Amino acid sequence: MAFLLHHQLQSLLDVLAGEGYQCVGPQVQDGAIVYAPLASAAELPRGYRDQQGPGEYRLVRENPQRFFAWANGPQALKPLVFAPRESAWQARRESGGALSFAPVAPQSRPTAVIGVRACDLAALALLDRHFLHESSPDRYYAARRDDLFLVAVNCTHPAATCFCASTGDGPDATSGYDLVLSELDDGFIIEAGSNAGQRALAQLQLDTDSKAQRSTAAAATANAAQQQSRCVPSRNMRNLLFANLESPHWEEVAQRCLACGNCTSVCPTCFCHAHREEPAIDGVHSHHVREWDSCFSQGHSYIHGLTVRSHTRERYRKWLVHKFGGWHDQFGRSGCTGCGRCITWCPVGIDVTAELAVLNAGGQGK
Amino acid sequence: MSGQVPCRARIVRRIQESPTIFTLGIELLESNQRKRFSFTPGQFNMVYLYGAGEVPISIVSDPEDETMLDHTIRVVGRVTRGLALLKEGDEAGIRGPFGRGWPLDAVHGKDVLIITGGLGCAPVISVINYILRRRADYGRLTILQGVKHSEDLIWRQRYERWIEQPDIDVRLAADVGTGNWPWYIGRVTALLDGVEIDAQRTIVMMCGPELMMARAVGSLASKGIPGGAIWMSMERNMHCGNGLCGHCQLGPKFVCREGPVFQYPEIESLLAIRGV
Repeated sequence: MAFLLHHQLQSLLDVLAGEGYQCVGPQVQDGAIVYAPLASAAELPRGYRDQQGPGEYRLVRENPQRFFAWANGPQALKPLVFAPRESAWQARRESGGALSFAPVAPQSRPTAVIGVRACDLAALALLDRHFLHESSPDRYYAARRDDLFLVAVNCTHPAATCFCASTGDGPDATSGYDLVLSELDDGFIIEAGSNAGQRALAQLQLDTDSKAQRSTAAAATANAAQQQSRCVPSRNMRNLLFANLESPHWEEVAQRCLACGNCTSVCPTCFCHAHREEPAIDGVHSHHVREWDSCFSQGHSYIHGLTVRSHTRERYRKWLVHKFGGWHDQFGRSGCTGCGRCITWCPVGIDVTAELAVLNAGGQGK
Repeated sequence: MSGQVPCRARIVRRIQESPTIFTLGIELLESNQRKRFSFTPGQFNMVYLYGAGEVPISIVSDPEDETMLDHTIRVVGRVTRGLALLKEGDEAGIRGPFGRGWPLDAVHGKDVLIITGGLGCAPVISVINYILRRRADYGRLTILQGVKHSEDLIWRQRYERWIEQPDIDVRLAADVGTGNWPWYIGRVTALLDGVEIDAQRTIVMMCGPELMMARAVGSLASKGIPGGAIWMSMERNMHCGNGLCGHCQLGPKFVCREGPVFQYPEIESLLAIRGV
C-alpha cells in the first residue's frame, strides 16, 4: 500500500493513459455526477456532495479538498459494458431477394474507470454471471468487460438512499478492482487488486502509507456504514416474496407507480434488452438492433397478441420479485447491491426498502 | 455463441392450414449449417423476416428430416403477417434451435398421453410423429386436442387418419362446435374422464393455455399421476433465444433456455398465476 497525495492524482491518470487506457471518471453534468471521458483530474467533482432522497437528487458544495465526498450519480458501470443501444447484426437483401447476414463486431477500447463504488463493483460481478453465462456468453459484453481497468474508491459519504451495508456490498470495495483508493483530507491510500493494478502502481513511485492513515480510512468507511439508515429486511427474501404473489400490497404500490422504467434504467443489475429491426431507407440493408428494455414496458411481456403483464401491479411485482427473489435461483444471491438509485430516480419516490419492509411485515399498508 | 446471427434460409413449401394458420417448410441454404443443425422435438427457432424482425416458432417437422424444417405459424402480429406473405423460393433467416425439448428418453417404453389446446398442438406434433415412426418402442398413445371453435382445428385430416388407427386413442374437443364437428363439445380436459390411464407408466406432455394445463394437472392428480410424470411447454415473449434478454422469464426461469418444456414440479408454483 502507498499514499497518493491529492495533487498527484493527475499522475495516476497519466500512467493509465500511458498504459493505453482512455480514462472515464465522474464529472458534474446537468446537475448530476455522471461518468464521462476524463482528460484531467481537474474535471473530477472536487468539493461536491450529493443530497439524495426518494425522488430527489441535488449537488451542493462541501468539503472543498475532497474529490469523492459523494455517493453516486444515476449511472453505474452498466452502460460501459452493456450498451444502451447497439447493432447486433445486419441483413442485406439483393435485388433478387437473396439475403445475407453479417455480425456487427463489438465496439470497445481499453477503458480505465476512476471512482468506482463498491455497490457497482458488486453489481458488475452479477452482470458477469448473467452476460458471461457459460451456455451463451454475450460477445459484446465480454469484449467491453475485458477492456475495463477499475479504480475503486471506498465510500465515506453515503447518501440517505444508500443501503449497501445491509446488502453486504459496501461501503468498502473488497474485490473486483484493479486499484482501490481510500480518500483522506490530503490524499489517498492506494492499493492494487490485480497484476494490471500492480503494474500501474509501480510506475507512480509513491511513499508508503502510515498506520495512522489506515486507521483513519477504516474509521471513515465504518462510519459510512453506520450512517446508512435504510436497509433490506433480509439478504434473502426469496421465499417470502414468492409466497406473497397475491398480496394486496402490489396494488397499493401500483396506485403510485408510473411504470416509467426509471428504476430499471438506473439499476446497476437490470439486464433486460429488446431486439428491434431497423430497415435502412436504401431498401437493401436492415439493422438488427438491441437496446435496453424495461419490465415496466407494455411490450416486455407481449406474446401473440396479448400482454402477460398488462397491469402496473403485475409489472412492479415482476421487478421486485425478480430482483429480490428470482435472482437467488438464477445467480445465487439477490440482484440488489444497495446503491439506492431506484429510490432517488423514481419520479414519485417509491422506496424499495420501504416496500420490502411492508411485504416482510405481512403486506399490511403503511 | 450459438445462434447469434441468422442462417440463410429459403421457403421450399408453404401450406395454408386454416384461414389464419400456415406452415412454412424452410431449408437452410449453407450445407455446413444444414448438416450441423439438429434439434429435439419441442425446441424452437427464431424465424427472421427481412426488415421486420424475428418470431419464436417451434419446429414441427421430423428431427431426422435433414432437408427441411417445418414451422406452423398463426398470423397475429407485424412479423407473422409478413411471414404469411412469403412464397416458395423466398428467403428468410433462421436462428436456433433454442431451448430444451420434450424428454424423449423419459418417454421410451412408457404410455404417452398428449393434451394440447389450440395451436399448442404444434410444439407436440413433432414428438407424435417421432413416436409413430417408432411405435413399438412405446406403450399406449393417447392424444387429446381441444380448440375454442371447431373451425380452429388444423391438421383435421391428420387427426382423422390417426383416429382410424387402432394403436392410437385420439379424442377431439371444441368449446363451440358447428354442424361439421362429430366430436366432443366442451373442454378438452373433460375428455380425460373417459381415458384409460395406467398412472404408474404414463408420461404426459401438454401444451396450450396455462389455465387449461392447470385444470388438466388437477384431473391427472386425481388419477394418481405423479407431478414428475407431467411435462409442459410454456410460452413467454422471446427476443434473443439465449437466456440473456430477459423477456421470457417465468418467475426465475428463463423459458427460452431452461424450457420451453418443463417438468411440472419445476414450475408448479407459477403455473396459471395471472401476470407472472
